[in-house]
Amino acid sequence: MNFKQPKINTSPPVSDEIRKTTCYMCACRCGINVHMKDGKVAYIEGNRDHPVNQGVLCAKGSAGIMQVNAPSRLKKPLKRVGPRGSGEFVEISWEEAMSTAVGWLTELHETAPHKLAFFTGRDQSQSFTSFWAQNFGTPNYAAHGGFCSVNMAAGGIYTMGGAFWEFGQPDWDHTKLFMLFGVAEDHDSNPIKMGIGKIKARGAKVIGVNPVRSGYNAVADEWVGITPGTDGLFILALVHELLKAGKIDLTYLAQYTNAPALIDPNTGLLLRDDDDKVLVIDSTTGKLTPFDQKDVRPNLAASFRKAGTSYTTVMAHMIEKYLDPQYAPEAVAERCGIPAQKIKTIAAELARVAFEEAFELDQEWTDFRGETHKTMTGRPVSMHAMRGISAHSNGFQTCRALHILQIILGTVEVPGGFRFKPPYPKPLEAHPTPHGHGRPGRALDGPHLGFPRGPEDLQIEDDGTPKRIDKAFSWEHPMSAHGMMHMVISNAYAQDPYKIDTLFMYMANMSWNSSMNSKGVMEMLSARDDDGKYRIPRIIYSDAYSSEMVAYADLILPDTTYLERHDCISLLDRPICEADGAADAIRWPVIEPDRDVRGFQSVLIELASRVGLKGFMKEDGTPKWKDYADYIVNHERKPGIGPLSGFRGENGDQTGRGDVNPNQMDAYIENGGFHVHHVPDEARYYKPWNKAYQEWAVDLGLYDAPQPYLFQLYSEPMRKFQRAAEGHGDRQPPEHLRERIRTTMDPLPIWYEPLEDGQIDTNEYPIHALTQRPMAMYHSWGSQNAWLRQLHGHNPLYLPTKLWQEHGFENGDWAKVSSAHGTITVPVEHQAALNENTVWTWNAIGKRKGAWALEDNAPETKKGFLLNHLIHELLPPKGDGLRWSNSDPITGQAAWFDLRVKIEKVDAPAEAQPAFPPIDSPVEKGPSKLAWKVGK
Amino acid sequence: MTSLPTSTEKKLGLVIDLDTCVGCHACVISCKGWNTENYGAPLSDQRPYGEEPMGTFLNRVHSYEVQAEGQSAQTVHFPKSCLHCENAPCVTVCPTGASYKRAEDGIVLVNEQDCIGCGLCAWACPYGARELDQEEGVMKKCTLCVDRIYNENLPEVDRTPACVRTCPAGARHFGDFADPDSNVSKLTAERGGMDLMPELGTAPVNKYLPPRPKDSWDDESILAPFLEPVADEAKGLLGWIDKQLSRLPGDSKEEV
Repeated sequence: MNFKQPKINTSPPVSDEIRKTTCYMCACRCGINVHMKDGKVAYIEGNRDHPVNQGVLCAKGSAGIMQVNAPSRLKKPLKRVGPRGSGEFVEISWEEAMSTAVGWLTELHETAPHKLAFFTGRDQSQSFTSFWAQNFGTPNYAAHGGFCSVNMAAGGIYTMGGAFWEFGQPDWDHTKLFMLFGVAEDHDSNPIKMGIGKIKARGAKVIGVNPVRSGYNAVADEWVGITPGTDGLFILALVHELLKAGKIDLTYLAQYTNAPALIDPNTGLLLRDDDDKVLVIDSTTGKLTPFDQKDVRPNLAASFRKAGTSYTTVMAHMIEKYLDPQYAPEAVAERCGIPAQKIKTIAAELARVAFEEAFELDQEWTDFRGETHKTMTGRPVSMHAMRGISAHSNGFQTCRALHILQIILGTVEVPGGFRFKPPYPKPLEAHPTPHGHGRPGRALDGPHLGFPRGPEDLQIEDDGTPKRIDKAFSWEHPMSAHGMMHMVISNAYAQDPYKIDTLFMYMANMSWNSSMNSKGVMEMLSARDDDGKYRIPRIIYSDAYSSEMVAYADLILPDTTYLERHDCISLLDRPICEADGAADAIRWPVIEPDRDVRGFQSVLIELASRVGLKGFMKEDGTPKWKDYADYIVNHERKPGIGPLSGFRGENGDQTGRGDVNPNQMDAYIENGGFHVHHVPDEARYYKPWNKAYQEWAVDLGLYDAPQPYLFQLYSEPMRKFQRAAEGHGDRQPPEHLRERIRTTMDPLPIWYEPLEDGQIDTNEYPIHALTQRPMAMYHSWGSQNAWLRQLHGHNPLYLPTKLWQEHGFENGDWAKVSSAHGTITVPVEHQAALNENTVWTWNAIGKRKGAWALEDNAPETKKGFLLNHLIHELLPPKGDGLRWSNSDPITGQAAWFDLRVKIEKVDAPAEAQPAFPPIDSPVEKGPSKLAWKVGK
Repeated sequence: MTSLPTSTEKKLGLVIDLDTCVGCHACVISCKGWNTENYGAPLSDQRPYGEEPMGTFLNRVHSYEVQAEGQSAQTVHFPKSCLHCENAPCVTVCPTGASYKRAEDGIVLVNEQDCIGCGLCAWACPYGARELDQEEGVMKKCTLCVDRIYNENLPEVDRTPACVRTCPAGARHFGDFADPDSNVSKLTAERGGMDLMPELGTAPVNKYLPPRPKDSWDDESILAPFLEPVADEAKGLLGWIDKQLSRLPGDSKEEV
């Protein structure tokens, strides 16, 4: 055939306009370029200038167009007309919705503010929602950190004044060995992928410690398929090996940590001077001296005798503890599922890279003691961890153990190691303590969430009753820094510690995938008292989509999608900083809603104004802010410091501190939706001890005075709780908790078996069961997304080879999976790259019929399932009549990875079990086909 | 029968690094987004909210497990799209001339005006890289973002396929294989880039970089590194630390 090549236009117009804003699909909060055609969203790509993603974008972000146009979007405020759980609603006007909410809330604010429980789930405006709750006066506020990864945050803050999450990052430019614990697909998503790509391109090694070899672990050079819940033991075995071989950074430990601090054997507290400064023995003078003096050379091996008491260093205590044979690789190998030889090899490799591949950066810097160093010493070993190690009841101590490992190698805040992102590092002392004292008609006495320093900061009444409905900051979970969202409904139902009136939630799918014991939660939400009234009298819920939770609320306040709203990603909250710069960002309405919906934060402002919350009112009684955008620009947390740090001052030329700039929002939009302020070269590393960094942070307003500090290998706050449990002090734990506090709140990290293991027959339930969300849906509210659900439309339970063969499974088979709490029947698949005693599945793929505008025969509703039905928010009863939360005893972190199950091959049922009746959908079902193109 | 050009000036294509791909599907969805809005008919979806949702994708990621005897199993994520073969069987089989390979850069395209949706090309492609769009009834395939790579309405840095621009792990590289000094030619040479099913004689332009060897620490026959203890018990170790520290300049020991 005589072929003539067609002429094509290789330069078609791409879009009419690019609007730059911030993604909302997960906590990465990448910069996005939204390409517009005819006023509609045509294409979304990453913003190359943005500090977080530098142009790249994940599947969720690129599928944003399907999120913004999803048929599951709520359209109008809704009032429930059928019973709770039925999904029967009528549409009402915003005025009716607001009047109803204002009526309920005003009464509570004026009479009993604690009867409002306000909990936000996938909230990205926590500094604002907490401000609202504080002004309301209820102690009952938190976001979802308690069942997410609070152990990681609290473990980091208590140990080193900063944490993993997105609050720090490996030094991707210099690291040579990257060790990843308990993260396969998740946080923080794009930066980790970018970092792994970068280091692999130059041949650096990646070690993946995870029972499941998916995602990042698939590309790990060495896979450690650890048994769930044993990471702490494995880490302490590495610590044991490194200590024994003297492969520790003595200078770093002596100068920057409390390893040389002296422990008073009578109290277990650190020796301090009259100014409350930790004392060390100076190697040069041999004298006791405050740790921060010029030229002091703290002695790690010192001892000090006074009045018959012998004080020894934290270092000596650590050596005593971790050289114990119980931490020898041979002793832990079987339990961890890792051969002893492999543990030793990893320890040796960590030591080799940290010490033999150490390097110097030619950068002078001055430390807080006033000593100037010619270079910065690099130790190119970096680590990162998330839920896999934190979502266990021993997770807090495991996270602490991991930080100890990093610190003894001298790899935190050094070139090649792990680096903090502003506003971190920030010592414990610079964080708030929790507050929970509310009075009618008044604001709470301070911020709800914080970091207790000791029993004096617990939020309990004089008789020990918890002040909070979730019992956070009580003796049950003293350091529950993010609250305990997973206990709210359970406790409200049990009226333990008291009865509440209104449950107010935002983007929290509690009656489905965001709860343990989903079926039980549905029952609790719809339970009635003998008088026929709902046991939780009123439920208000805000969501942009028709999630499963909608059916259980009385009043629905429909939110906008992320492209239709103002937001700020603030330094007061969870910003988007990089190790080399402080950064924050905005969202702005790049499109207007085509429905009768309102941004939730603006709704909160109107509610506050109409209820008359003082912090939201001017002295003349008129509202301070008309909507969230107004608040973002004009609110000052303290003079000169507001939600956004960029373009402050009358002329918009000030950063961090500065007067309100009425044009700030426009300046952000002009700048691509974000602002970055770079860290000076001499301040880039050693931040907690670096004079230049401390001064930069003060200038920026991150704190008011320099506050260098020592890493807390030994945690005094923990010792204070432990000491109370030993009988010291006025505030005493109840007897049934005394022993648990004494043993778990060890001031030096320990490993103990997950609590569920101690309460069930592990012979009957020998298998560990886990969930994770796939990268393409991680942390998102969008698994109904038309494009993404084609990637992950159903979720088999993955079984390792040993179990697959043992039970004679074949492709297409189903299994009955039982825990001490419940049973599910689900499809199974074989996965060889899996710990031999572990099964797992993708979370939140399973959907309830009637939700998310999906058809009733969607695979998500027929074959999809939740592991949540097997996990209870309470541990199995001990026969003592008490309700024991299935959480970390220290932080209250939901222990969903402690789950143990047994499996049995069964005939395939018609659909995955348990199956629930469909709920009436408040929105119409989606179209039967899509051929999306907005341009002509 | 449609004829192939005897040679092409450039050989544009992708290098996909299987050592780095984490299987995140970013490339899949970015491709879907760009190509729905751009070249030819939109990539449609059937039953997008129902049973067995099935849409057109020009790029998909498959995951495989590999396990050698006695070793840990490995997971390999394998992104697959049109390989823009030099001997493209999908072109020569096309009865209307709709499928063609561009003489200037070697990109294999479908001229949707001439496509009758007969599906012969999809049968002929041994890689399963073509999908018939159910809504439009035309064959869809990777265009190598021909409407991006030369697009003067895009900044120069963005004149790259959507999948390459978005890949968070940097596992996808775009360039000209006809140029031995191009990034893709060099990567292919350095890392042993491979053809997919070379025995078929399709001469794919796209190359795959194989995963690097993994799990060397599982092999007990190799002499593992070992940390020599400086002390066996606590007291000895503390003494060792004391000695180490007293070697630091300016330090001395004194009774307290």
